Amino acid sequence: MSEEKILEFEAPIYFKYSYTAGKTTTSFLNSIKKGKLVGQKCPKCRGVYVPPRGSCPKDGVATEEEIELPDIGTVESFTINYLPIPGGAVDPPYVSANIILDGADLAFMHIVDGIDHSEVRVGMRVKAHWKPKNEWKASLENIAYFQPIDEPDLPLNHLSDEKNA
Amino acid sequence: MSELAAVVGMGQTKHSSKNGEVSIAGLVRESAEKALLDAELEWEDIDAVILGKAPDMFEGVMMPELYLTDALVANNKPILRVHTAGSVGGSTGIVAASYIQSGMFERVLVSTFEKQSESNAMWALSTTVPYAPLINAGAGGYFTPYMREYKRRFNVPEHIGRIVAVKDRLNALKNPYAHLHIPDINLEMVEKSPMLWDPLTFLESCPSSDGACSLVISSERSVTDNQLPAWIHSTSMRSEPTMYAGRDAVNPQAGSECAKDVYKKAGIKDPIKEIDCAEIYVPFSWYEPMWLENLLLADIGQGWLMTEKGHTSLEGKFPVNMSGGVLSSNPIGASGLLRFGEAAQQVRNKAGEYQVQGAKLALGHAFGGGAQFFAMWIVGANKP
Amino acid sequence: MREVAVIAYAQTPMTRDAGAQNEVELIMQVVHQALDEVKLNQTDIDFTCSGSCDYLQGVTFAFVDGLNAVSSVPPINESHVEMDAAWALYESWLKIQMEEADVALVYGFGKSSPGELRSIMTLQLDPYYLAPLWPDSVSLAALQAKAMIDNKMITEESMAKVVKRSRKNAKSNPNSQLSGDFSIGDLLSEPIFVSPLRKHDCSPITDGASAIILATKEKALSLCRNPAFITSIDHRVETAQFGYRNLTSSPSIQKSSEVINLSDYSIDAAELHAPFSHQELLLIKELQLNEEVSINKSGGVLAGNIMMSAGLDRIGSMFNLIKSGKVRTGLAHATSGPCLQQNMLIIMESKNE
Repeated sequence: MSEEKILEFEAPIYFKYSYTAGKTTTSFLNSIKKGKLVGQKCPKCRGVYVPPRGSCPKDGVATEEEIELPDIGTVESFTINYLPIPGGAVDPPYVSANIILDGADLAFMHIVDGIDHSEVRVGMRVKAHWKPKNEWKASLENIAYFQPIDEPDLPLNHLSDEKNA
Repeated sequence: MSELAAVVGMGQTKHSSKNGEVSIAGLVRESAEKALLDAELEWEDIDAVILGKAPDMFEGVMMPELYLTDALVANNKPILRVHTAGSVGGSTGIVAASYIQSGMFERVLVSTFEKQSESNAMWALSTTVPYAPLINAGAGGYFTPYMREYKRRFNVPEHIGRIVAVKDRLNALKNPYAHLHIPDINLEMVEKSPMLWDPLTFLESCPSSDGACSLVISSERSVTDNQLPAWIHSTSMRSEPTMYAGRDAVNPQAGSECAKDVYKKAGIKDPIKEIDCAEIYVPFSWYEPMWLENLLLADIGQGWLMTEKGHTSLEGKFPVNMSGGVLSSNPIGASGLLRFGEAAQQVRNKAGEYQVQGAKLALGHAFGGGAQFFAMWIVGANKP
Repeated sequence: MREVAVIAYAQTPMTRDAGAQNEVELIMQVVHQALDEVKLNQTDIDFTCSGSCDYLQGVTFAFVDGLNAVSSVPPINESHVEMDAAWALYESWLKIQMEEADVALVYGFGKSSPGELRSIMTLQLDPYYLAPLWPDSVSLAALQAKAMIDNKMITEESMAKVVKRSRKNAKSNPNSQLSGDFSIGDLLSEPIFVSPLRKHDCSPITDGASAIILATKEKALSLCRNPAFITSIDHRVETAQFGYRNLTSSPSIQKSSEVINLSDYSIDAAELHAPFSHQELLLIKELQLNEEVSINKSGGVLAGNIMMSAGLDRIGSMFNLIKSGKVRTGLAHATSGPCLQQNMLIIMESKNE
C-alpha cells in the first residue's frame, strides 16, 4: 500500500504590533519631519549619536543633550548590493554605505547615489539628497540618498574606524 | 575550583537547504541520538538539556524548548534555552559546560538547530521598524562594508576571499554532513559566481541550512574508559554594543579580549604555536583573515598572508575549518556548536577524512550580532 | 557549593502600557537602580545575563538592543536566555558556582502592550498539531481551571479568594498595576471571560523590566545589610503534549521539591508565579504549603505580570521580604510555558541572627 507523502502544509502566522519608537526616537522623527537631523551627546564620553537611541551603548547611560547636525558627512565603509530584498527601498544594484555625519561619532547606513558605483570610495564627502518636501514624513527615508559633494576626501585617520586600528 | 568537563559525544544531521523528511523535533532528535550513540550513553544518563538556536521567528515557534521537551527526553529534567544571536551555538556549549563545571550535574546534552526552510529567514531578519529605509538584506549587506574596509585598510589582494571559499569547500568534500559539496570548486568558479555584495560573490557566502548538532558533556568522574574525551581547557564569552562611538567593527575589541581570556585560562602563551587547529565562524570568506588577526593568531594586517600561503588549509601549518566550516553548512543556531564540536572531534581523533594528524589542542569559535558577541573554547586530548 | 545571595533588586512600575518608553529606557532604569543600591558599577560585575522574548515586541534579536542599556565597553562577559529572566539568574548562579564570577547582574524585560499576547503565546505549542488550531493562552488555562473544578480541587469562590488577597496585598506594593479591596461577592458577580475564568482570574498585560544582583557570601555581606541567600535551587520541565499531561497536578514541581529538600525547611512565605488564580491553588497543593505560609505578599503576577521578568520578580519580591526582616525563610517560584509546564523553585534565607 502506498500512501501519499505529506511533506508540507501551510500554517501562516500574522501578528500586528503597535510599535513604540520611544522618547528619543520620537524626538528625532519629529525633527526629521522638518528636514533636520538631531543627534544626542553622551554625558560621559561626549560621543554624538545620530540617529540617537536614548542611551550611549558604550557607557550604558541615558543621552539627553540634543545637537543639530549638518546633512553632510563622509563615507566610512560601503558595499554595492546586487541582491534584491523583498520590500526593499531601492532596486539593486545600489550602494549602501556607513555614513558618518560631520560632528557625529557614529555612522549609520544609508544609500549613496548620484555617482558611478565604481567611483564610490571610503573617505568620500557626501550630502543628503532630500526627497521633495511634500513627501516628507517621520522617517529617515526623507533622505532619498547621499550624493558626493565637491570637497577633497577626508584623510582616513579622521574616521572612527581607524581609531583602534 | 571549577570541575573538569569533557565532550564525550557529538552528533549532527546532514545539513541541507531543505530537510523535508523530518519535523523540527525529528531533526533535533536525530543529532541528539547520534551524540548519545557516540558517547555510548542512554537517555536516562542525561541530567539536563541545554537548547540553543537563533531567533524563534526563523521557524515560527516561540521558546521551542517547551515544545521539544519530549523529543529531547527532558521531561522532569532541567531544560534551558540560550539565545545570543549567531554566536548562540558556541554560547550554548559554554552554558552546558557550566552545568558540569559548577559541580551540579554529571552529564548534560546540548542541542542546537535551525530549520529555516520552515519559514522565511530573510523575512525574519528584515523586519524593520517603520522609520528607517529597508536597505539591508540579512547579514551580507551588513558585514560586507567591513570586509571591504579590511581589504582597503591593509591593501589585501582580491583573490584572498576566493582562496578561503575554495579551501573550505574542498574540506567539505571530506565531510559527509556538509551542506555544500561542490566537487569541481575552483578560484575561477568562485570569481564568476554572481556578485551579491561587492566584492563578495555568491560562492564567498555561506548557505542557509536546515540542520542540528548535539554534544554530550560529562564530568571528569563520569567519563568512562570507552569514551574518547575532549577535555574543556577553557571557555570564554564577550559582548560589546552593536555600535558605539569609536568602535572598530573590522577588529572588534570583544573578539580579541575573548581570545586573550580563553588562551589565558587555558594557560596558552603563544596560541599559533600551541594550538594545532581551529574551527572558526567564517560565514563570509574574508572573515577568515579578519578573525585570524582578531584571535591574535596573526599580526594585524597579516592574517591574509596565512591564508594566501596555504597555512590554513587542511595540510597547512595551522588548519582552519577542516570540516568545511560555516561557508559549507550554516544551520545558524547550530553553526557555533558545530565549530565547538568539530574542534572536539579533532582532539578526539574522530574527524575522519578531515582529521588533522596528531591534533592535541583545538580552538572552537563563534560570533554573532554585528560581530559583537563572541564565544570560544579550547579543547584538548589531554587533561589541562 | 559556594554560598550565593541576592543583594539588590529593582523593578519598574508595572503598567498596562509603558507608552513612549522603549525597552532600553525601561532596562536602563532598573539596571542603574540595582547597581546604585549596592554602590557598584558595571565594571564590578563579572557576569551579566538577561531574559527576554523576541515575539513580545515582534523584533528579531530584541536582546541585542537591550544591551544598549548596560555599559559594555570595555566588553563584558554576557549571555542571554530566550526565557523568563529567572533562568538567566540560574545561569548566573552556575557561573558563580564554577568560580567564573563573584558578582552577577541579571535583568529581564518585556513589553506585552504592542502585540496580541494571548495569540502570540500560542506559538509556544507544537507547531504541527496544536499551534495551527490557535488555542490561546487564556483558553488553555481555562481548560486547566475547569479540570480542577471538576475534580473538586477548587471552586470559583476559592479562585476569587486568591484574587481578593492578591489585590489587597498589592496595595502595599508601589509598583503594582492592579490593587484594591474587593469582596468575594463583587468578584463573583463579574462576567465570565473564558469559562470558568473571569478577567480578574487572569494576570494583566504588563510592560516593564527588572534587575537583580547576585553575589558570593563574602561580597554579599560587605554590600548588603541583609542579603537573601539562595540555599537551594532547581528547575524542571514536563511534557509539551497536552494529551499526556494531567493538568491538575505538576510532576515537575513534585520532583523539584524533592531535589531542593523543600520539606526540610520551615517556610514563612512564598512568592508563586501563577499567571491564573487557579494555578496559585495548584501550586500551594503541589508544594504542600500550609496555611501559615504567607502567599504572594507582593500581590503576585495577578497584580502585574512583566512577561519574561515575572519569574525573576518573584525572586526579587522574596528578596524584599527577607531584606526588610519580615521573612526568614522563603520560597520563590518561577514558571514558563502553558499551564505551568516548566517550573523553578528557590529557597531563599536570611543569615542574620
